[in-house]
Formats: sequence, structure tokens, C-alpha cells
Amino acid sequence: MRWLRRNLVSIIGILVLVYLFIPISVVTALSFNKPAGKFNISWNELSFDAWTNLCGVPGVCSSFVTSLEIGLVSTLVATLLGTMIAFALVRYRFRGRSTTNLIIFLPMATPEVVMGSSLLALFLNLRFPLGTVTVAIAHIMFIISFVVVTVKARLQGLDPRLEEAARDLYASPRATFRYVTFPLVLPGIIGAALLGFSLSFDDFIISFFNAGTLVTFPIYIWGAAQRGIPPQVNALATLVFVIALLIVLTSQFIQYRRRKALAAN
Amino acid sequence: MAPVLPSAAVAPPSTVAQRRSRTGYVLLFPGMTWLAVFFAIPFVTLFVTSLQTPVPGKSGRYQLGLEFGNYATALAEYWPAFVRSFAYAGIATLLALIIGYPLAYFIAFRSGRWRGLMLVLVIAPSFASFLLRTYAWKTILADESPVTSFFNALHLLPDGRILNTSIAVIAGLTYNFLPFMVLPLYAALERIDPRLIEAANDLYASPVTAFRKITWPLSMPGVVAGTLLTFIPAAGDYINAELLGSTKDRMVGNAIQTNFIEFRDYPTASALSFALMAAILILVFTYIRRAGTEDLV
Amino acid sequence: MAELSKTDQVEDLHLVNLTKRFGEVAAVDDLTLTIPAGSFFALLGASGCGKTTTLRMVAGLEDPTSGSIRIGDKDVTRLRAFKRPVNTVFQSYALFPHLDIFENVAFGLRRRGVKNIKPIVEAMLELVELGHLARRKPTQLSGGQQQRVAVARALINKPDVLLLDEPLGALDLKLRRQMQIELKRIQTEVGTTFVHVTHDQEEAMTMADTIAVMNAGRIEQMGSPAEIYELPRTVFVANFLGQSNLIEGRVSGAGEMLDVAAHERSFRLPRERSSATGASIILGVRPEKMTVLDAPDAARVPEGHNVLSGRVTDVSYTGVSTQYLVQASWGQELVVFEQNLIVGDRCEVGDEVVVHWSPRHSFGLDGNEDIHAGVDSAVLALESVDSAPAAGDGE
Repeated sequence: MRWLRRNLVSIIGILVLVYLFIPISVVTALSFNKPAGKFNISWNELSFDAWTNLCGVPGVCSSFVTSLEIGLVSTLVATLLGTMIAFALVRYRFRGRSTTNLIIFLPMATPEVVMGSSLLALFLNLRFPLGTVTVAIAHIMFIISFVVVTVKARLQGLDPRLEEAARDLYASPRATFRYVTFPLVLPGIIGAALLGFSLSFDDFIISFFNAGTLVTFPIYIWGAAQRGIPPQVNALATLVFVIALLIVLTSQFIQYRRRKALAAN
Repeated sequence: MAPVLPSAAVAPPSTVAQRRSRTGYVLLFPGMTWLAVFFAIPFVTLFVTSLQTPVPGKSGRYQLGLEFGNYATALAEYWPAFVRSFAYAGIATLLALIIGYPLAYFIAFRSGRWRGLMLVLVIAPSFASFLLRTYAWKTILADESPVTSFFNALHLLPDGRILNTSIAVIAGLTYNFLPFMVLPLYAALERIDPRLIEAANDLYASPVTAFRKITWPLSMPGVVAGTLLTFIPAAGDYINAELLGSTKDRMVGNAIQTNFIEFRDYPTASALSFALMAAILILVFTYIRRAGTEDLV
Repeated sequence: MAELSKTDQVEDLHLVNLTKRFGEVAAVDDLTLTIPAGSFFALLGASGCGKTTTLRMVAGLEDPTSGSIRIGDKDVTRLRAFKRPVNTVFQSYALFPHLDIFENVAFGLRRRGVKNIKPIVEAMLELVELGHLARRKPTQLSGGQQQRVAVARALINKPDVLLLDEPLGALDLKLRRQMQIELKRIQTEVGTTFVHVTHDQEEAMTMADTIAVMNAGRIEQMGSPAEIYELPRTVFVANFLGQSNLIEGRVSGAGEMLDVAAHERSFRLPRERSSATGASIILGVRPEKMTVLDAPDAARVPEGHNVLSGRVTDVSYTGVSTQYLVQASWGQELVVFEQNLIVGDRCEVGDEVVVHWSPRHSFGLDGNEDIHAGVDSAVLALESVDSAPAAGDGE
């Protein structure tokens, strides 16, 4: 009883963590299902069809590739633009700083449906054709803020003495950036890019408003939800989940090892 | 939106000399222009669209106007959806706070060397498709499922089912935005020196009193940030209502989407969207002000 | 070590009317100073006294508001940091975490495009006894090892001047002692001018051959450690560096010896040991220069010594010495350190005693100065070096 009282928080905490993974285990389990009807909702029969024939259903893989392409392009552009803003915010004085901060903060505090619909209003009024370009524009717009926040934090955490030390050791401003600042901020930039990609790849609402007839992976799922989601979708989503988890766990493991090496000293 | 990883706000040991030069503006220009053109200006076009009037004789065509009546018509038709959006998001936020706090507390104070892994596990669910995870609740909450049977055995369900009721929508919202609650809470709790709690215990505070007088007030910044980050996307969401609720559970997001994309009634959709943003801003600012003063008491 | 010692002529470092203002506050106020070539020079002061700002201006990391910095005949005031023949050992080292030890040490050489650096870096790592750790990352090293990397990384560039900003602040007491000796050895070996900024008086005294005590952006006094300890010229130095008993009085007399009248008593003081200009004077004496005698033994006071009587209010035994607090007849509390040479009874609290000292151990300070100047900062400095005994202790 005493043990239970002392560990109550830990038990609840772990239960909540388990709860977070229940839907994912359902998604994964249903990728091994052979649905009885057209809806893949309840368990019927074990089958590896979805995994052996990932692109077996028309539209699944093409929408997946569309999302990958848009994700890569948006991430690349947004990471570049966001990193530049982060450097300006931390390293330069300029007028209109508070307005700049507000414009960067607001996209993170605006519901997607509002961002998606207002951007659509813009494109409709300009009679701009909807498709890959408009979706990429939208994704870049909402990823930039996340990149700025992530890179800025890394840059602010950088000991200014490191750059002073570089200057003291005959590194010109350009060399200081190339050999000290950039390599030290790079993990933050990579983290921001990974975050940006996962945001873009999984985005539905903003994409849906601005896609026209373009079908991204989430838009495919949305459409399929009305007529039955094929298990191939579950298999692909499981694959993405596992790859992302592996990337993050590996980086965690490297950090852990580094810290352990430090502690051993 | 996906959860923002808590970043330790480490103050640099000495201030970097900030330079004032043209380079700063050059760095800002492309990104800020992008945000101005594709984030700020669309709000203006959204507002303009919300006041447009139909072109007579041409359905689906609208012209410039100042028809504030659009707002009245839209709200008259969709006010229940508005109310539902805020009620569902509010309840979901409260539930997320109740189940998220113990998790954040556990990670901050009890997870030891597993802390990094635990944080990864909190964000990991967002690596799997949002839509599929929401769809999975259809399976979990289905009429014959163990969850539904359990609650039915306790006679807790008014309709005898969960799926296609508001309960399912709220459950979905709570689940989907829980990481947005946990991460800011964790960031705030992690900053609390555990010795403060020990000191409170040493000064004759029971665990409950120590929590009420020390931990909870010190975690307030996390509570405010977490509730906002959960409430805002939840209020604008329509995926949960669409996939898990019935037509009686539609939220304002559903109305914006159908009016924009299916009915092509742009003025009504824009009016709803603009009204939603305004309502959220008003609510958020009142909340921040209130939470700010309570913080001082 | 031949390739590591400086081949070209080492030159003096001159600071001329150097001033740095941050808004209204003058962090460094019209500082003029010559640091002799090849010396180990310490800038000593409490935090905020301007010593770090001075160092940063010499390094080129901070622009002076006015004044100039010269190395030999060369004016480097406007030379940017990466073009100055000056290198710095930063506080908490600022080692590049993404580069290994070898690359950290090689950094400056690479930036200057030096060819065939491997043997140079290896020789440098040998000098600081870290050759076997060349491929480790800084975080895998102990504090003392990181400190030596920081020194190696700066010294390898053969700077005209090496600046050390609180170089031992992050180390624990025992390691700090060891590194003090180590740094001194390296300095002797390479012969470069070392300018060392510290708030730790013991560190400054142990390592430096010249100390400048800084306060409020100015130099209070400069000299060898013994000179400034034995003969402080300002109240600040008397209080900041070790401890002093200071008695206010009025001066008279025209010969070699001055007479100081204070509290209806008369004390004597050699004229050359007084920096008082007017009639009002502050008479000072270090606690370890004083001797305590039981009142009945007053006859044993040597001829010509300064004497006062009082009552013991506190006795603390510290091992090497015993510290007495003696309340003088006029109420002031004086500190006396006595080496534990006597066998048997010491004085106890409440004992009536006489305290005496030689006039040649007295010093005179300007009576218009604030008698508490430097006290608070000395307490602060003592606290931050935790258990380090006062400099005068157990001499």
C-alpha cells in the first residue's frame, strides 16, 4: 500500500504513455489484417498482403511520393529561410523586432483551418491555380516559424566565448562562421529540418484547402476514410513511424553514450 | 502543428555583441516576406472575402462588397457549431491537463536516466499519421469493443455507445493534442529545483500541501502554455468531429471546410473563419491576463 | 622545447590613457600601464573592477572608448582580434566542443595557413603533458586537462602577450594549487609575457612577479607581491589584500620618525612608510606583525615598540596560528595573528592584554580615505576562494 502511494505518479505516468501508443498499435495491427468488408476497422484474418504488395492499391504510392516530394522541397526552403531569420534575430540589431517576433509566433498559435482557409482566399482572389505549388507555399509558410524557434534556441545556447576564442585564434568573421558557429548550430538546423519534414508530411488541413485536385498522402487517407482505408496505408504509416522513431532513438542513444563517456571521466 | 520540443532557455554567459548592419535585414527579408505574403496578407483577403456579395445571376461568383450581414447570417446558422467547438476544446484541454500533468511530473522528477527516452515516447505518436491515429479510435471505441462494454457495464453512457457521439469527439481531441500539453508542462516542471519540495516537506507541509503551495504555482507557466497549445488547435480541428462524431457533433471547422470547398460559399466560409480567429484571440488574451494575475496571488 | 620558445624579441605592452565607458559608467578609467616583456603580470581586483574589460580590450574583443594599446612600438588599438599577436586563455576555457584536442590546439595555426603543423602541435601537447589525449573531445577531459589544452591552444601561436582570464576559477582548490605551479613553469619555459586577470589574491601572489590591484576602473597600486603586501599605499589595498588593523589619528614630527596621536596614545612610524599628505593619517599594521602579552608582562615589550592595551574578546585556534580579537581601550576591535610557537597557556577571552609591534611594520595612509574601502570586496573575494587562508596567515 505504501509502495503504491509512493509510486502512484510513476504508475499513472507510464499508463498515460501506454495510452499514447494504443492507436498506433491498432494502426500497425490492422496493417496485417485482411478486412472482411471494405472498411478495415475490425480484426478479421492475418495477412501479409499489404506488406508484400505495398503499392497494390492504385493511388496509395503516388500520393505517398507526392507527400515526400512536397515535404523535401518545403523543408529545404523553410529551413534556409527560417535559419536566416534565426541568425538575424540573435545576431543583429534591427528595427521592428517585436513585430518580427509576433509574425513568427502567430502561425504557431493560429488554428490550421484559419491558415488554410485564409491562404485559399488569397489564391482564389488572385485566381492562382491550386496544386503542388500552392501546397508547397503553404507548407513553407507554416514550417518557417518552427525552424526559427528551434534554430534560435540552439544559437542562443551557444557560448559566445567560443566565437570570441575563434576570433582570438586568427579566424576572420567568415572563418569563425565556417569552422565554429555553423558546425555548432548544425544539429539544431538538422533537428529543425526533421521537425519541418514531419509537419509537412503529415499535414492534412492546410493542404486540403489549397490542394485543388492534388492528392497528398493525408488527403488520400481522408478520401479513403469514406470508402474504406486499404491496409497498405496502415503498412506505409507504420513504416514511416518506425523510420522516424529509429532516427530519433539513434540520436538519443548517441547523446546518451556521449554523456556516459563524460561521466566516466 | 506538431509538438514543439522544450528548449532549455539557457541565458548565454555574456551577451553577444549584436551588430547593426544591412546583413540583418538581408537575412530577415526572404523569410519575413514569405510570412507577410502568405500568412499576414491572407488575413486581409480573408476579411475582404467575408464581406463579398454574390454576382447576380452567376452562382459561385462573388464581387467586392461591404456586406457585414454575412457575419450575422453565418453566425445565425452556425452558432451551435461555434459553441460546440469551444466546449469540446475546453473539455478536451481540461482532460489533457488532468492526464498530462502526472505524465509530465513523472518524466521531470521520477524518470531518472530514462528521461530522454520518455520525451521521445511523448512525441513519437506524432510520427504516425494524424488521420490514421484518429481513425484507429473508430476501432477502439466501436460499439462492441471492450472499452464501450466496460463503460456500459457501469451504466455511464447515456446513449449506450461512444462512437458517433460527442464523447468520442472529445476523447479524440484529448488524445491528439495531449503531447502539446505534456511538453510545456514538462519544461516548466523540469525547471523546479526538487530541493524546494523537500524543503516544503521539511517545513511540515504534507505532500498535498507541498504540491498545492510549491509545485503547482511554480508550474503555472507550463500550465498556461500547455492549455493554450492544446486549446487553440483543438478549437479549430474538424478531423475528430468528422471521423468520430455524428452530424450532430460538427464543429466550426467542419462548417468552414464544407462552405469553402463543397458549397463554394466563400463569404460565409471566410466570415466563419475570421470570426473563429477573432474569438480565439479574444479568449486567449483574456485567459493570459487572468492567468497572469492569478499567478501573482 | 627550442621551437616553442620565442625566437623574436619579446616586447613591452603599453596601455596609454585607456578608457572604456558603457553608457555613463566608466569600466576602465584612464588607465596607463606598462607591462614589461616576459613578465608574469597579474591584474587583481573584485568582480566589476574593470580588470576583465581591460583584458578584453587588449585581446581586441572590446573597442576602447579612448586611449591606445601598443606592443613595443606597434599600435594595435584598432587591429581586429584575429589580426593581433595576442592570445587568450578564456574563463572556463571555451574549447571547441566539436573539435578534438589536436584540432583545438591546431586551430590558430590552420587559420594562419601554417604548413606542416603536426610536429608543432605534438610538441605543444607534450609541453602540457597531453600527447596521449590528442584525439579525445574536450568533454572527455577533466577540468585540469581542459585547462592545459586552453593554454596550449593559445601558446602555440607564439603570441607577444598571453592573456589569462580567471584561468583557474573552475578548478577545485587542490588542482588550482597544482596548476598555479604548472602555469609558472610553462611561463618560465616559453618566456612570453603573461597577463593574468584574477580576483583571487593568493593566486596572484603565488604566480605573478608584478601585481596591479584594480578598483573602480583604476590601478590602486602596482608592485611585487611582497611590496604591495608589506607597504600598502591605499586603504583599499590594505583591506583588499590580506587584512589590516587601521587606526585613525593625527600626524606630527619632523625627523625620520613620525609621531601619530590617536585615542590619547602615541604611535611611531618611519616617514618613508607613510603616504599621508596632510595632518590626518590612518595608521596601519598587519595582524601577524603584532604580539599579544598578558598585561602583567607589559615590561617585556621591547624598547621603542608601539604599544596599546586592551581586552581579549575572541580566540580562534586555526592550526598554523591563533587569531585573537582584542578590544582596544577606545573600543575598536583589532585582529592579531600569533604563530603557535608557545607551549602552554594562551590568552583567554576576558584577559587584559597589551599588544605591541615594531614601528617598522607600521604603515601610514591618507587620513581622508574611507577606512572601510576594500573591506566588502575582500570578504567577497575570500568567500569565492572558499577555504583559502588569508594571504598573511602563517607567514
